[in-house]
Amino acid sequence: MSSYPTDLRYTSDHEWLRSAGTAWRVGITQFAVNQLGDITIVELPKVGATVTKGESFGTIESVKSVSELFAPVSGRVTAVNAALDGSPELINDEPYAGGWMIEIEPSHKAELEELLSPDAYTAHVAAAE
Amino acid sequence: MERKRTPLWALHKQHGARLIDFGGWDMPVAYATGTLKEHKAVREAVGLFDVSHMGEVYLRGPRVREAVEQLTTNACAAATPGKAVYTLLCRPSGGVVDDCIFYKRSDTEFFVIVNASNTAKDLEWFREHTHSLCEIEDVSDATALIAVQGPKAVALVDRLAGGTLTGLTSFTFADAVIAGVPCVAARTGYTGEDGFELACANADAPRLWTALVEAGGLPIGLGARDTLRLESRLPLYGNDLDDDHTPLEAALGWAVKLDREFLGAAALRAQKQRGLERQLVGFRIPDEARAIARHGYAVVDRALGTGEAAVIGTVTSGGPGITVGGAIGLAYVPVARAAAGTQLTIDCRGKDIVATVVSGKFYKRT
Repeated sequence: MSSYPTDLRYTSDHEWLRSAGTAWRVGITQFAVNQLGDITIVELPKVGATVTKGESFGTIESVKSVSELFAPVSGRVTAVNAALDGSPELINDEPYAGGWMIEIEPSHKAELEELLSPDAYTAHVAAAE
Repeated sequence: MERKRTPLWALHKQHGARLIDFGGWDMPVAYATGTLKEHKAVREAVGLFDVSHMGEVYLRGPRVREAVEQLTTNACAAATPGKAVYTLLCRPSGGVVDDCIFYKRSDTEFFVIVNASNTAKDLEWFREHTHSLCEIEDVSDATALIAVQGPKAVALVDRLAGGTLTGLTSFTFADAVIAGVPCVAARTGYTGEDGFELACANADAPRLWTALVEAGGLPIGLGARDTLRLESRLPLYGNDLDDDHTPLEAALGWAVKLDREFLGAAALRAQKQRGLERQLVGFRIPDEARAIARHGYAVVDRALGTGEAAVIGTVTSGGPGITVGGAIGLAYVPVARAAAGTQLTIDCRGKDIVATVVSGKFYKRT
C-alpha cells in the first residue's frame, strides 16, 4: 500500500539508509513510524561511538512502548541528530528527512551489500502486513 | 482466534484507525491524528471513545439490593435511584476482582458496566455470589458504549438530546434519546474531563457515533484513553488493581464503606486496623530525565544490595504526562516511601531514574 523512497536502502528491522559521503545516514521507515505511533523519547549514541550490525545502538519510546534500535551496519558514529532530543515528533512528521537519527561510517563495507533494495523492502513489509 | 469487533469497527477502519488486539477485541489504539493530539483534543474540546468492548449486566429482582450489598465495597445498594456509584468487587481476602460502576435504576434493578477483560470473570462472580437473590442478564453482546469526554462534551450531547440532559449532575444517569437513538446517558467517564458515557443497542451505535462526529466530536483511540486516565490518576484493572492488592493499598479507601458487611469487609477491616505495609503512589519524572517508567519496572533501593535484594516496589502504570509534562506513573511502594516529596529510584531498563512521589491527581480540570 505504502511506497518507499527509491533512493534509499533498507533493513528488515524497518530502518532506512542514505549514502552521505563516506558515511550512511540512518532512520526508521514510515511503516515503523505507523507501528510505533507518537514518538516521545529517542536515546542515541554519542559521536565517535562504535556500533555493531544487529546490536542495539539506542532506544525509541512511543507513548505506549519502548523499542530497541538495531544497527543496520557496523562502524563508527560520525553524526547524531541533536534536534530529536527536544523534538522527537520529527520522526513522525518527516521520517526520511528531519527525523534521521545517526550517521555511520561503515567498517565492514560488505555489510552494505546485505541491505534491502526498495522493492525487496516493499515485499518484506507486504509479507508482514 | 478471530478478534471480536464492536459495531463501530467499520467506521474506525474508514477513519484511518490503527487497530490492535485489546483483550481479544480489534480496537482502535489511535486514529491518523495520533495519541498526542487526541489526548489534547479531549483536554481542550471533545473526544469520542468506542468502549463497546466493555461488559454490561443487569441485576434484577425484589431482593437484588441484598445481592448488591454483598458484592460491592461502596454503598451501591442504598444509593438513590438515578445515581451511578464507583465500586470495587472484592474477594474475601480483600483482593480486587474488578472495579466497575453500578447504576441504580430502582430498588429492584441495577445496571452494571464492567471492564472488558473481566466480563466473563465478573459474570461468574455474580452468579456465584448473588445466591439466587437476583436475576442476572448479560447484555454485553447486544450493547454498544460510547464515551463523549472533554470541556465541550456536555454541551454537545445535550444539544443532540434536545436539552433534556441539562439537569444531569456528575455520577447520575437517565434514559435519553440522543440524535434519535435511545440511550442510557451517564455523566461519568475515565479521562478526568466532564462528559457522558452513552450505552445503546448495537444496531443504533453507528448512527449515534456518526451524529456525534458530525456535531464536532473527534474519535480518540485507546492509547489516549490510557494517558488521559493516568493523568487523572484513575486506576486500571490488571495494572494498578488485581487479586494481590486491596482497595486500601490502591488508595481507593473512599470507595470502601466499612460500616457494612460485604465480601472482603472483614479482611479490609483487619488490614485497616493493622496498618498498611505498601501503598499505591503517584510519581513524576522531570522532562530533563528523558525517561518513562513503565508497567513492571522495579522501584529499587541500591543501599539494600543488588538485583532482587534492591527491589522495594513495582511500577504499575507509567507514561508521558502529555498535559502536565515529563513522565508520570503509579507504583506500589512501602508506606515509609509513600509520603509526597519522597524520592524513588526506578530501574528503567538498567538505568536508575529518580522520581518524586506526588499526592493527588497529576492533572485536575479547572
